[in-house]
Amino acid sequence: MAYNANEMMTIAAARALRNSDICFVGIGMPSAACNLARLTHAPDITLIYESGTIATKPDVLPLSIGDGELCDTALTTVPVVEMFRYWLQGGRFSVGFLGGAQIDRFANLNTTVVGPYGKPKTRLPGGGGAPEISSACGEIFIIMRQSTRSFVEKLDFVTSFGHGEGGDHRTRLGLATKGPTKLVTDLAIFEPDPATREMTVTSIHPGVTRDAIKANTGWAVRYAANVTETPAPTDRELSVLREVHARTARAHGDAA
Amino acid sequence: MSRFLSLAEAVESTIRDGDTVAMEGFTHLIPYAAGHEVIRQRRRHLTLIRMTPDLIYDQLIGMGCADKLVFSWVGNPGVGSLHRFRDAYENGWPGPITIEEHSHAAMANAYEAGAAGLPLAVFRGYLGVDLPTVNPNIRYITCPFTGERLAAVPAIRPDVAVIHALKADRAGNVFIEGIVGVQKEAVLAAKRSLVTVEEIVDDFGERSPNAVILPSWTVGAIACVPGGAHPSYAHGYYKRDNAFYKAWDAISRDRDGFLAWMKANVLEQGPDAFAVHSRPQQAARANNAAE
Repeated sequence: MAYNANEMMTIAAARALRNSDICFVGIGMPSAACNLARLTHAPDITLIYESGTIATKPDVLPLSIGDGELCDTALTTVPVVEMFRYWLQGGRFSVGFLGGAQIDRFANLNTTVVGPYGKPKTRLPGGGGAPEISSACGEIFIIMRQSTRSFVEKLDFVTSFGHGEGGDHRTRLGLATKGPTKLVTDLAIFEPDPATREMTVTSIHPGVTRDAIKANTGWAVRYAANVTETPAPTDRELSVLREVHARTARAHGDAA
Repeated sequence: MSRFLSLAEAVESTIRDGDTVAMEGFTHLIPYAAGHEVIRQRRRHLTLIRMTPDLIYDQLIGMGCADKLVFSWVGNPGVGSLHRFRDAYENGWPGPITIEEHSHAAMANAYEAGAAGLPLAVFRGYLGVDLPTVNPNIRYITCPFTGERLAAVPAIRPDVAVIHALKADRAGNVFIEGIVGVQKEAVLAAKRSLVTVEEIVDDFGERSPNAVILPSWTVGAIACVPGGAHPSYAHGYYKRDNAFYKAWDAISRDRDGFLAWMKANVLEQGPDAFAVHSRPQQAARANNAAE
């Protein structure tokens, strides 16, 4: 089946999740990837949204983190204070799945502001749960479309800490968690270099050139020693993803 | 002890100019009807607190009710920016607004500290990030037992908490279930509270012994406003109107379009306008369609 770059990105991101994961799900593209994983290779994955919905199995993708669908299909729903104190701070998540507006080579994220904080060019929504998701989850997966506006040499604001300045920066801050271990884009998959922790390309999606990656990244991209080609989406992955998007469009459009 | 009032009386007697007001609701049970009444009564110089300010705060800010916003995520979820908030913050229209920005973990902990009567919340957070450099209310404390350095923020103690709940009984106890957010904490942390409800019942009936219930002696004013959380939702009553959240992006994009919408749908309306979204009226429409 033919597919587009967004579908490749969502499917590659879904594949990163394991059936045994306890996953803190960010809204938007992370939510699509997490539910695709649940509907394909990881049926037992535990998906948790910050609204307090634990082990939720939505039939349609939520527009917000607290749509009724999430509560209706959850094992249990806990208060928001409890979600952040007992479950996130308590270290119950194996992985957190995030998006962002800007990212740098060490997978630090900005969702706060473009331009100076006090005099913004563009005021973005802010961190929400992300600052503590980034530090408290066992590891972090990130899904973002690549462009020179979003993949930048220097962030305007560090909303969520990735690998900081690289190397052992996380350890120096006392963080025992791994931080960002996978960055999935519409062009490639990045993983941190074992020593420098710089996000390096380990897999390129079919048909994507290194020139295209260079043209859409605001820093000089490094490649791992063995770069593979991302397997193309299977027919099943594509059809499940398209069905969930179609159900979601019907559900969100008919509530006038 | 809670008192049953009309929505107009409830806002009149509970919220004053210059108050610090937390209108909470985490996607679910957002108190839109109460927010509209605050706009109609032209409250000014409010400090608005909320973890996830969405359309109702966009409307309050665009109508000039607020001087300051305390928040952790400001936007129209899944849709984009709040254009009225951004116009106020970036261009000072209709007036300037200042911000105090936190993370969700910080605000959730701060509400809990407020409800617990503590001066501060302590948690493991803000590691390696920039918010502490721009928000002087984010500080650090050393654990006296382990030496661990932890983040600290002041407790949230609003003058007024405003929430929408599912039901009240005739004794004035308030019932919430579903995504319960930080509503209980907000009410217990506040000096005064205003609760709108979908319905008033003789008895809550069958329920889990662990249902979230605010006893009448913890609640201030109660106003019955069926449909009062629309376009957010009320668990078991009506669904989130995601189509309206998407439509708000265009309605709010320019000042004139926003003002025209507010005039027609808020200033020239009353709480009864929300009834069309309530469960009885939805059921009646479904029956008519079936006949």
